[in-house]
Formats: sequence, C-alpha cells, structure tokens
Amino acid sequence: MNKYYWLIPILPLLGAIFNGILGKRAGKGAVTVVGLGTVLGSLVLAISAFFAMKALPDHRLALDYGEWMATGSLSVPFGFVIDTLSGTMMLVIAGIGFLIHVYSVGYMHDDEGYGRFFSYMNLFVFFMLTLVLGSSLPLMFVGWEGVGLCSYLLIGYYYETDFAPDAGLKAFLTNRVGDLGVAIGMMVLFAAFGTLTVGDILTKAGHMAPEAGFGILTFATLMLFVGATGKSAQLPLYLWLPDAMAGPTPVSALIHAATMVTSGIYMICRLAPVFTLAPISMDVVAWVGAATALFAATIGLVQRDIKKVLAYSTVSQLGYMFLGLGASGFAAGFFHVFTHAWFKALLFLGAGSVIHAMHHEQDLFKMGGLKSKMPLTFWTMLAATLAIIGFPGTSGFASKDEILYLAYLKSPALWVIGVIAACCTAFYMLRLFTLAFLGEPRDHHAYDHAHESPATMTMPLVVLAVGSLLAVWLGWPKAFGGDFRIEEWLASAVTYGQLHGAHGEHGSAQLALVLASVSTVLGLGFAWFGYATYRNGLAVAEARAAKFPLIHKVLLNKYYVDEGVELVLLGPIRWFGNLLWKLFDVIIIDGVGVNLPGALARVAGDFTALFQTGRVRNYALSMALGAAVLLYVFLK
Amino acid sequence: MTWLNSHPLTFLVFAPALLGLLLMALPQSVGKLTRLLGFLAALAVFVLSIAWLLGRAPGSAPLAEHAPWFTIVGLPVDYALAVDGLNLWLVLLTTFLVPLTMLGTWNSLKDRTGTFAALFLLLETGMLGALVAQDLLLFYLFWEAMLIPMYFMIGVWGGDERRYAANKFFLFTLSGSLLWLVALLFLAGKAGSFAPAVMAQAASALPFATQCWLFIAFAVAFAIKVPLFPLHTWLPDAHVQAPTAGSVILAGVLLKLGGYGFIRFAIPMFPQAAIHYAKPLALLSVIAIIYGALVSMVQRDIKKLVAYSSVSHMGFVMLGLASMTVIGTQGAMLQMLNHGISTGALFLLVGMVYDRAHTRMIADFGGVATKMPIFTTFFLIVTLSSIGLPLTNGFVGEFWILNGTFLSGFAWGRAYAIVATLGVVLGAVYMLWMVKRVFWGPVNPDEDSGTQHLHSDLNPREIAVMLPLVVLILWMGIHPRTFVAASEAPVTALLKDANAPAIRPLILPAAPAPGALEATAEGHVPASHEVHP
Repeated sequence: MNKYYWLIPILPLLGAIFNGILGKRAGKGAVTVVGLGTVLGSLVLAISAFFAMKALPDHRLALDYGEWMATGSLSVPFGFVIDTLSGTMMLVIAGIGFLIHVYSVGYMHDDEGYGRFFSYMNLFVFFMLTLVLGSSLPLMFVGWEGVGLCSYLLIGYYYETDFAPDAGLKAFLTNRVGDLGVAIGMMVLFAAFGTLTVGDILTKAGHMAPEAGFGILTFATLMLFVGATGKSAQLPLYLWLPDAMAGPTPVSALIHAATMVTSGIYMICRLAPVFTLAPISMDVVAWVGAATALFAATIGLVQRDIKKVLAYSTVSQLGYMFLGLGASGFAAGFFHVFTHAWFKALLFLGAGSVIHAMHHEQDLFKMGGLKSKMPLTFWTMLAATLAIIGFPGTSGFASKDEILYLAYLKSPALWVIGVIAACCTAFYMLRLFTLAFLGEPRDHHAYDHAHESPATMTMPLVVLAVGSLLAVWLGWPKAFGGDFRIEEWLASAVTYGQLHGAHGEHGSAQLALVLASVSTVLGLGFAWFGYATYRNGLAVAEARAAKFPLIHKVLLNKYYVDEGVELVLLGPIRWFGNLLWKLFDVIIIDGVGVNLPGALARVAGDFTALFQTGRVRNYALSMALGAAVLLYVFLK
Repeated sequence: MTWLNSHPLTFLVFAPALLGLLLMALPQSVGKLTRLLGFLAALAVFVLSIAWLLGRAPGSAPLAEHAPWFTIVGLPVDYALAVDGLNLWLVLLTTFLVPLTMLGTWNSLKDRTGTFAALFLLLETGMLGALVAQDLLLFYLFWEAMLIPMYFMIGVWGGDERRYAANKFFLFTLSGSLLWLVALLFLAGKAGSFAPAVMAQAASALPFATQCWLFIAFAVAFAIKVPLFPLHTWLPDAHVQAPTAGSVILAGVLLKLGGYGFIRFAIPMFPQAAIHYAKPLALLSVIAIIYGALVSMVQRDIKKLVAYSSVSHMGFVMLGLASMTVIGTQGAMLQMLNHGISTGALFLLVGMVYDRAHTRMIADFGGVATKMPIFTTFFLIVTLSSIGLPLTNGFVGEFWILNGTFLSGFAWGRAYAIVATLGVVLGAVYMLWMVKRVFWGPVNPDEDSGTQHLHSDLNPREIAVMLPLVVLILWMGIHPRTFVAASEAPVTALLKDANAPAIRPLILPAAPAPGALEATAEGHVPASHEVHP
C-alpha cells in the first residue's frame, strides 16, 4: 500500500480541481460524489497508512517524492512523514473532515455555489494534510499558507456581500503577519542547522546541550510562535477568528474549530525538542495561552450571535492548548486538540443545525425552546456542552484537567487564570445552551418554522457526539486511575527519540486530585449559575448587566481592540504610504530630482531654440554629441 | 540551410526585425493582416527558440557565434552572441511573451495596429540581441536600440499623458546609459577590446577606486532599468501611459535587462567593487521592497498599483543579487522570470478589463466577480503568485532570496532579510485589498461605474492567453529546477571567481554530540545522520 499513500493529500486536491473547473456544469450529484468520494478515499488510505505506521518498530513512516526547491546548500524534498503525531492528526483531519463534508451536503443544498464550496473544502483538506504530513518546514509552510488561502476563500464565500470579503481579507492579512514570523523562524533555523527537514533539525537539536544556542533558538522559536498566534488566533493576532464566522457554518466547524486553528499547536508539538531548548519561549507560550484563554472567555460571556460565542470559545480553548504546551505538556496540549476537535466541531455543526432550522437566524436572544423541535440536535449539543465545560467523565474534563495540573506545576498563577477561564467557559456555554434549547421561544415566527435537520446533517452530529465521549479513552488522567496513554503514544514523535522533550512526572497524585476537585466544583457552580441566569429568559441577565454598564459595554465591544488597531496601526500605515507617494515620489524625486532639471533644460532649450528647434530629439542629439566628445577625449 | 545551422542565434535575433521592417512597408489599410502576420512571425520565433534552445542534445556545445566585426578607434568590436545558463530562460521568456502579448491585446488598439505589430517585432530584436550579446559594444547597441520602439509605443499609442511619460522614460534611461558608455569606452581603451573577459582582466589591474567608479557607472545604468529606488519614478508613469502590450513587455522583459546586466557584466567585471557596494545595494533594494509596497497600497489606479508593485518585486531581484550567495542569486534569477510571468499576466488582465470598462480606477469597480467569474479566477491565481503563495512561482524566488540574504557575508544581512520579509506581508496587503475592492462585494450600483460596463467574461482568445501563464506559475512553483538548473553552475562559478564572501551560518555553540555544525566556503556540511548513535 505504501506506494499509494501520496494520494492521501492528492485525492482531495483532484477533487478540488474537478469541482472547481467542472462543478457548475457537472451538477450537484457529481460534485457530491467527487467532493465526498475523494475525502473518503483519503480517509481510507489514511487509516491504512496509520496502521502501517503503527506496525513499524519506531512508529515512523517516511515517504519521499523527490526534490522541490534545491539550490546552493539548500535542499527541500517533497516528502511526507507519518508518525504518531502526524498520523493522529491526519486521521482527525480526514475523519472529521469527511463528516463535515457529509453535513455540508445538507447544509449547502440550496446554495448556488455548491461546486465552488466543495472545491474550496477539498482544497482545504489537501493543504491541511500537507501541513501535517510535510517532512520539512517549507512543505509544512505550503500547507500553512494554503489553509490560510482556503480560509480566506471560504470566509469570503458569500462574496457578493459587504462583510464576508472584509472578514476574509482580515483573516488572510492577520495570518500573513503571523506567517512573517514563520518565514523568519525558518531562515534562522536554516542558518543555524543548515537544513530545513524537520527530522534533521530535531536530530541535531536533540544532540545539543540544553543551554547551547540559547539566544538563537529562543529567537527562532519566538518567531515561529508569532506564526502560531496568527494561525491559532492567540493574542494579539486573534482578531480575525470571530469575524471568520461570516463563512458558512460547516467551514467554521472544520477550519475555524477542529483543524486549521490547531496548526499552531501542531507545529510546536512537531518542533517540541527545539522549543524545549528555549525555556523563555516556553514561558511566553504558556502565558500568552493563559491570557488568551481568559481574555476570550470574558468576551464570550456577553455575545448574542451563537457563532460568535463559539468563536470566542475556540480562541479561549486554543489558549488552553498553548498553556499546556508552554507547561511542557506537549501530549496534554495535543490531547486537548484532539478532544476539542470532536466537541467543538459538534458544537458548530449543532449551531449550524439550529441556524439552518431558524432560517439563518443567529441571534441567541431570538431562539429558545428548541429542545422539543430538534431532539437530535439538542441531545448531541448537550453532550458537546458537557465535554467543553469539563463535566467529570467527559473527554473535555480529561484533557483540560491535565493541562491545568501541568500549569499549576509551572506556576500557580497560570492555574488560577486557567480556572477562572474555565468558570467563564462553563457560564457562557450553559448560557448558550439554555438560550437556544430551553425556556420559552422568544421569536415565535422563527420557532414555528423550526424543524429537525435532514439526516445528512444529524448523522454527523451523532457520530461526533459518540466521538467526543469516546475520545476520553485516549487520555484518562493518571490522578484518576487512568494511564494517560496518549503521552506514551506521542512520545516517539514529540521527543523524536531524544531525552529532553518529555516532561518528568513531579507533583503528587493528591495534589492533582485536589486541584481537579477545586476546578471541577467551581466550573459546575458557574455552569449552574449560567443555567439559572437564563432559564427564565433574559430579564435576570439584563438586570445584572444594567448594574455594571461599563464592564458590560466593554465586553460587548470586545475591549475595543479592533477600533484600537485601526487607530494606531492601520490608519498610520496608510497615511505613511500616502506620504511616501505624494511627498517623496511626486514632489522630491520627480519634482526636485527629475522635473526641475527638466524645466531648467527647457529653459536652456528655449535659449538654444533661438538657434535651433528645441525639442526632445535635440536633447538626445546633444547628448550623443557630448558622448562623442567624451569618446574622443578618452580614447585620444 | 548550412548558414542557418551555423548562425541560429543571428537568425533568432534578427528575424523579428527583418519581418517587422517588411510589415512596416505594408500599407495602413491592411493593418489587420499586418497584425496577423506579425503575430505569426513572433509565434514562429518562439517555436524555433524552444526547438533550438531546449531541444538540444545534452552535452552538446553551447549555442554561440563569434566573428570579428569592425574596428573603432583601434578597438576591435566582435560580433559575439551566445546562449548560456544565465540568459537561456530570459531569451525564452522574451520569445514567449511577445506573441502571447500580441494575442492578449489583439483588439486593444484601434488605429495603426499594423505599425504597432511591426514595432513590436523590432523591439523583440533589440531585447533578444541585448540578452545574447557577448561583446559589450554590441550589448550597448542593442540596449539602446530597445529604447526607440518602446519610446514610440508609449508616445504614440499611450494614454493622455503619453508624451511626458515617453520622454521621461527615454531621458531617464538614456542619461544613465550615456554615463555608462563613458565608463565602457574608458575601460575598453585600457583593455584594447570590448570582450567582457578581456575587459574584466584590465579592470582588475586598475586601482580599486577606479574600479569602484566604473562599477557605479555600470550599476546606475542597470539600476535605472531595474528600476532600483530612488531611480524608479519613470516606471509608474511609463506603465500607466503605455498601452497594455507595452506595459507587459516593459515589466516582463525590459526591467529584467537591468538585473541581467548586473549578473552578466557589472558583477563579474568588477567583483571587488561589487562586493564593496553589495551592502548599499542591498539597503536600496530593501528600501525599494518596502517603499514600493507602501506606495502601491495607496494607489487608486489598478495599473499604477501593479507598476509600483514592480518596484517592490524587482527590489527582491536586486536584493538577491546583492546577497552574493548562490541561493540568493539563484533566487534573483528565478524572481526575474517570476516577475515577467506574474506581472506580465497582471498587466494583461488589467488590459482585458480596461478594454471593456474603459477605466482602471479601483473605486469604479466592486462586484466584478459576479460579472466575470472566469476573469476573477485568473486574476486571483495571478494575485496569489504575485504575493508569493507557496506552490506558485513567487514563493520559491522570494524564499531563496530571503534565505540567501540572511546568510550573506556582509554585516546586517540578517537584518535586511528580516526587514525585507515585511515586504511579503505588505504585498498581500495591497494586492488583496485591491482584489477585495474590485472583485468582491455587491455589484457597484453606480450606472457609470466600470462594473456596469462589463458585459462579457473572458473570450476563448483571452483564456488561451491566460492558461499558459497559469501553467507556468504553477510549474515554476512546483518544479523550479526546470528554470534554474541551467544557471546553477554559472552562478556558482561566477561567485567563486568573484571571491564572494563565504556565507555566514549562525554558529550554534559547540555541542557535545557529533552534531556540531561546520561551515565551509559554500555553506553547510549537513551533519550526516549516520553519525548519530
């Protein structure tokens, strides 16, 4: 089978090309078959490759397809590496990707751009798989920028509107700022290691003394982390993700929740031995992650748009993942990627199901009482909500608990921030759930039209719900008698066979139990608080908001960060560009440098015009004459 | 046929001009026929260039012609032409772009189309001659000969400000090259020849200060053509006023001759001076990259935006050349081709929309995607290439140039590389912001708006023009070796002969394991994997 594994990313690419060029003419049936078929084929091959990799003693399957861009001392192969880390991620992408493709068949059924939509989605799967499987940093960068492109295209999918293209542009440009960091990080790593192949870099890093190359590697890893903050929507580059909700909801589920936004975490796991050599970078990762987790969660408390709440929730959860990584819990951070992929995709698809039923109504304040109308959506959403708030026994509980525990070991302050963010999460999730499904309907017109979604949409919900419950199997914490087996599973990939990279077990089981109990009890308390506040409608919440008008307004306006960026960054840049053009190009260079001598020449020309005609060709003639004189002088 | 066998380059270079002169003799009344004949001639030249330059048996001698020509003030001038790794792909780019541009602007001109086609062929001879000339006086003659047809193309068929733009273009370029001519003659007098190798020999015997002056004279002439900041202001005017075909060739080929002049003559003839001035050149290049991008960002005319983006992109070319590393120089070689393809394609696309809407102002559009989906798709792909998305040509060139600069031997090279990377971000800003305002959003409701005048999407002819460009964009991005394998050896040799400073890897402190890095003259010795236990 090895010789077919190159098709894992290429099949969706072929699907994208077919749907992009022929999608309109071929009709919806053909688009569906090709769009889903290629991703399914990719999934089947991915499963086969996964088990082939698992059977290998070192769990690493390297595939090489020749040279991409070699020159001088640089060599970048087209190569894929399937190991425990990339293999797991590959299954998540192909698996959840396929489910969301199925869901899209129902969700996008009436859309005119059906073929275009599936073309972009297939293209996304191609780039995302390239990102994960790429054996070198530039090839990962192909995927990295490629998913950014698909994100841009899909956010701006409704291109004839005003807001969607704006959101797409914002996403692309913010990501480009991050990509700048990745590009610089690559340059530094190439200059330092002489190679850009991930395996070679990690091998060399693994053979370095812990303090060697401290400054260089700190700079390189910080630059790479800038890229991660862009793609994974962390402070300060998170701004694009909430706007990205302008795209169709399946896009939000696949790209802006389950897969693409976790690329930053994936990259850091991939380069874990290098990051481990740069403790300052690890601190930055942890603190930025914790700060983002809290910051975004507070904004999520007051948003009215169901997708916006989920978007800020994603930003916040991604912050948890970085917190875990920064606390040297590469397995813990990645485990949260894994569990989050299931329950957040489910939350978005559930929200999509609600939006679909409510005729594209996204305002939570206009929903309510949907439980009886949409039982499948209700129950699956309940499963996802319990997972994300960390209800004991769920996958979200397991992964979040591990991260908070490691955060405490790094610094109790990080733990406190993490727990506060978890309380906010519990509150806004129950708020969302209660407002949408429980209580009385607040918009009877929409409510009367509401209906359960078709099977193509509900089946993926059920599968994802089962997945988000079963995901716990991979990593039940040791403190609760589990074996956190994902750590051992990922060890060969995360440490790349090196000693450092794995975090030593310290602390104690009792400490872990105490911490987990405190955070869980607090979380459940806030969950109840959220439910109690909204179960009878909006009155209680409105009364409370009126008591703290300033805080409420600041949160509602997302701390005014967008406005601030426009004021201090974007405006001045445009002003500066105008200044350069108008002042420098037009006045100084052209005015003083070019046209003034030209005007003088014209005066001189007018003078000579007394004797001659005074036109351009005369200047040219005189120049030629001058050259002839010089020629004579030099050669005499 | 025997003459042809021994003079293929002469034929390639002069066939367009001869045909062009013949076409000029045809009366205006058969302009359309003249245009068709001109296109067929250019197409034939392209096919022949492919067959002769690429269809050669591997290992066969390089195409070259050499004959004594005439003597001027005791200095022998040789008729020497050759195609080698440094100019092979630029020659093919030229022969490719000329017929493609003719086809792409088939109906753009309303009057004297036949004369235009004839001038176009004359221009092709000038460009090809300059690219293959191996004698400096011959190179100079072709170099100046290129100016004349382009001057008329802008001055006669251009926009409202065409005379100002044409004069500015002409005088800018001419003043630079006259200074250069003086230096050229001075050095030829010392060397007793116009052959580059002999002149380089003579130059190396001169005092260093003299070498520097000579290098500057060469560099200024070439830098005006590139154009390098702050000598770039002729470019936006020329581009905006030139007819589409003129813009495409100006961006696609003429600017390349500036970069080519550096790699072919200025650097190998005055290597020490080139190394001496590498840092200021790199600084100007970085300024050009950022400056061009910032000014592009605030343009209101799409064509002017693309013109200023050329300043930014050609800044990357100059940065790669100034890095004096193999990676950077190879990146510059590729970036020259990239810019020819991508910016040429952008000018063609802008021309296609201008032919329909008769405006190029960004504010006149909005919602073009709704009206012209095929056009939008092509424009988007070319835009992605222009902003250097991986798997398109733009990425590979910029990646090599930035890495080469980061490793370059002069101080602050790393800082230059990092600042230049900002240009990549700004490139995305101005291009995608423009794309957003022109293509996305609701159809511009104003009845006189450009979008309202777009009644038809691209026709088969226009699609046929764009398809090869898109194929090349992807081909160069996925398999760049096709286009730079030929120049690898000459570039490496050139930098070695120039005694370019060794690249400067970041040395990680000595590691206990045998993974320690060693740097040699040309780079890293990647520690082999087997060493590790």
